Amino acid sequence: MAQAEQLEGIFIDVDVSDEIVGDPELASKLEEVCPVDIYANDDGKVAVVRENLDECVLCNLCVEAAPPGGVVVKKLYDGSALRR
Amino acid sequence: MSVLLHEDFTFIVQGITGREAVNLTRECLDYGSKIVGGVTPGRKGREVHGVPVFDTVEQAVEHHGSPPDGAVATVPPAFTKDAVFEAIENGIKLIVIVTERIPRRDVAEMVELASERGARIIGPNCLGVIAPGVAKMGGIGGPAKDARKAYEPGRVGVMSRSGGMTTEISSSLTAAGLGVSTAVSIGGDAIIGSTYAELMPLFEADEQTDAIVIYTEPGGRMEAELVDWREENGSRLAIIAFMAGKFMDDEEMQGMSFGHAGTIVEGAEDSATQKIARLQEAGIPVVERIDEIPGAVKDKLGAKV
Amino acid sequence: MRFYEYESRRIVERAGIPVTKYGFCTSAEEARKAAEEIGGSTVIKSQVLTGGRMKAGGVKFADTPEEAEAHAAEILELEISGHMPVGVLVDPKAEVEQEYYAAVLWDGRAKRPMMLFSDMGGIDIEQVAEEHPDHVGRRHLSNLHPISGFEAKQAVANCGMTGRELGQATRVLTALAQLQRDNDMTLAEINPLARLADGSFVALDAHMEMEDEAVGRHKRMLQEIGVDLDEPRELYEPSDFERNVKAIDSADHRGVIQGKDHGFTGNLGLVIGAGGGSLTLTDAVRSQGGQPANYAEIGGNPSVTKSKGLAMEVLKKDGVEKIAVMMSIVSNTRVDIVARGVIAACLELGKDPAETIAIFRIPGAWEEEGYKILDKYGVEYADRGTSMWDAAGTAVEKIQGGAV
Repeated sequence: MAQAEQLEGIFIDVDVSDEIVGDPELASKLEEVCPVDIYANDDGKVAVVRENLDECVLCNLCVEAAPPGGVVVKKLYDGSALRR
Repeated sequence: MSVLLHEDFTFIVQGITGREAVNLTRECLDYGSKIVGGVTPGRKGREVHGVPVFDTVEQAVEHHGSPPDGAVATVPPAFTKDAVFEAIENGIKLIVIVTERIPRRDVAEMVELASERGARIIGPNCLGVIAPGVAKMGGIGGPAKDARKAYEPGRVGVMSRSGGMTTEISSSLTAAGLGVSTAVSIGGDAIIGSTYAELMPLFEADEQTDAIVIYTEPGGRMEAELVDWREENGSRLAIIAFMAGKFMDDEEMQGMSFGHAGTIVEGAEDSATQKIARLQEAGIPVVERIDEIPGAVKDKLGAKV
Repeated sequence: MRFYEYESRRIVERAGIPVTKYGFCTSAEEARKAAEEIGGSTVIKSQVLTGGRMKAGGVKFADTPEEAEAHAAEILELEISGHMPVGVLVDPKAEVEQEYYAAVLWDGRAKRPMMLFSDMGGIDIEQVAEEHPDHVGRRHLSNLHPISGFEAKQAVANCGMTGRELGQATRVLTALAQLQRDNDMTLAEINPLARLADGSFVALDAHMEMEDEAVGRHKRMLQEIGVDLDEPRELYEPSDFERNVKAIDSADHRGVIQGKDHGFTGNLGLVIGAGGGSLTLTDAVRSQGGQPANYAEIGGNPSVTKSKGLAMEVLKKDGVEKIAVMMSIVSNTRVDIVARGVIAACLELGKDPAETIAIFRIPGAWEEEGYKILDKYGVEYADRGTSMWDAAGTAVEKIQGGAV
């Protein structure tokens, strides 16, 4: 087993579609709704804070805040995902 | 007729807008409990899961038309005493205090005032009370569907110093087909509102309850009090006990504090070994494993026939 | 919070109870000066938080200031039960006519503070109570109503005292009762309270303990008597493990973790909870021949970071070969979050979760999701159908089976 300093996104990953990644309003909204700070508004763009990915509590608020298909939350441990 | 709670039992939640309280309110409502108001000073007019919020207990009482039967206090430790005094002085007779780390003096004052006014306190530092199928008062058992899974209505009363172990024990009783009449998480502090002995008369008077299970730890003198009560009053109820923290009797562990604030061993009298001996001498079996509890209860109940 | 004797003296003095003309000194030179000021014979006492000072040579008598200086020099370098003194107390050697015992402590069964007084002070009060019950007076105090002098008077009178001493003892005991209440003391003891040749009453020794939960509301008083609130006051020095876990806990408000390893020297790391569950599981491991490397408590709803932090600290302990991750049925702790945490801990340390986690037994909230994660990493787990005892037994079997 490879030893790593700090592993990120080993249980959860998120896909933010190209169509919405540049939406500043959405960037702010996502930053606001996520209870574990996975999203940040990086100069009007949606940024994913990778070091917080594994804290995801599967609340679905990001999926609901984005347009359908905009955000997909992937559960890497069983291949399923939260999406709309 | 259950112990403490009943079908028409109404209560308020003090500190209802807090994070834990919002959760607990949802859980209790889903379970079918009748929460008729909440109190958070300054937040009058709001609603938490449909429950109206008031600034004062007095307003909540007025809204309800009469004092609700109970209150769950989830207010931070610096303000708990005031909140509980407020509940008591507004005619509320059963108060479950969830808050932990309340200074002992404050707890003692609340308990004394409750006693003067004919009210009862459960806790502090507890998860509340549940009468399976009837009502839930506090976070005990968690979300309604989880609580229903672990707590089936039945014949055994449970009293525990640990909130989590109340559910573990009840789950084993449920799995064994015995079920639970009422389970009380009595709290982990050095001074609590209701000890085993103080709750026994309620279980004694409950025709649904045939046996009692207690979960206990080192520290304090509640077991001696229970034994004394039983000797003085006699009881139709079989009692089974489980003691955790036996490892604390070891030399190396002396003077250390584990678990709840009340579990600090003060001399040999309060050690696990001494307590176990005292209980067993009084005819209260102390089982070694949680999963032995249902069997021990069945033995005792069978023997009574 | 435990107090040094000199701090207890200051507390008692502030409450209006007469104390000796003592000096708290942090150097031999200061001790000499203090002895000079006092004049006459003195007692030099090590200021450590542990008992057994006399036996360890931490209490010495001096007839001259020079002797006081010499004794102080020695005692300041004397380690007692692993503790170095923070200074010495220089006391006048009192001309005692009689010694009494006065205390106010909590009676948990009565749920009230209780005053305890005896005219046979200086010795073990429990022994006195057993062998000379007429010489012990006691009385409970209301928590709500103001303390009135007659209450202490009754306690003192009940041990047979009368005359002028009755009044003096009553004043001291009343002040002690007020002190106990006002300062949230779990113990307020003066033993001995001495009656000197001139008839005055003086506290020769004071032992105070303040409830930890209440320390926050007495900061000003504590600062005034010179207590450093940042200095921990454990009976023993916390280990790296304990300190690290505490730091991880403080850094994140989500959930609570605690770890202790004083007195634990085994190879099975315990990542367990909650409070009652931890006690039960530790017993279960030991009763089945297992050797815990530590005790732990997981409470509330910890984040992945916090769960991981605890598991990593346990895994990093010397001699830990495997960990057992177990809790009683949980209502608000998320099983899947803890699962992520403990697996991440293994991975970050370059260990195989399936090999390292001997058993995972946490039934409750989000358990199905947790099991999916555990399945993915091949970790053996058990649901509520497996008792805490059996889960502990599995862990013990695995680690003793000489697993790879």
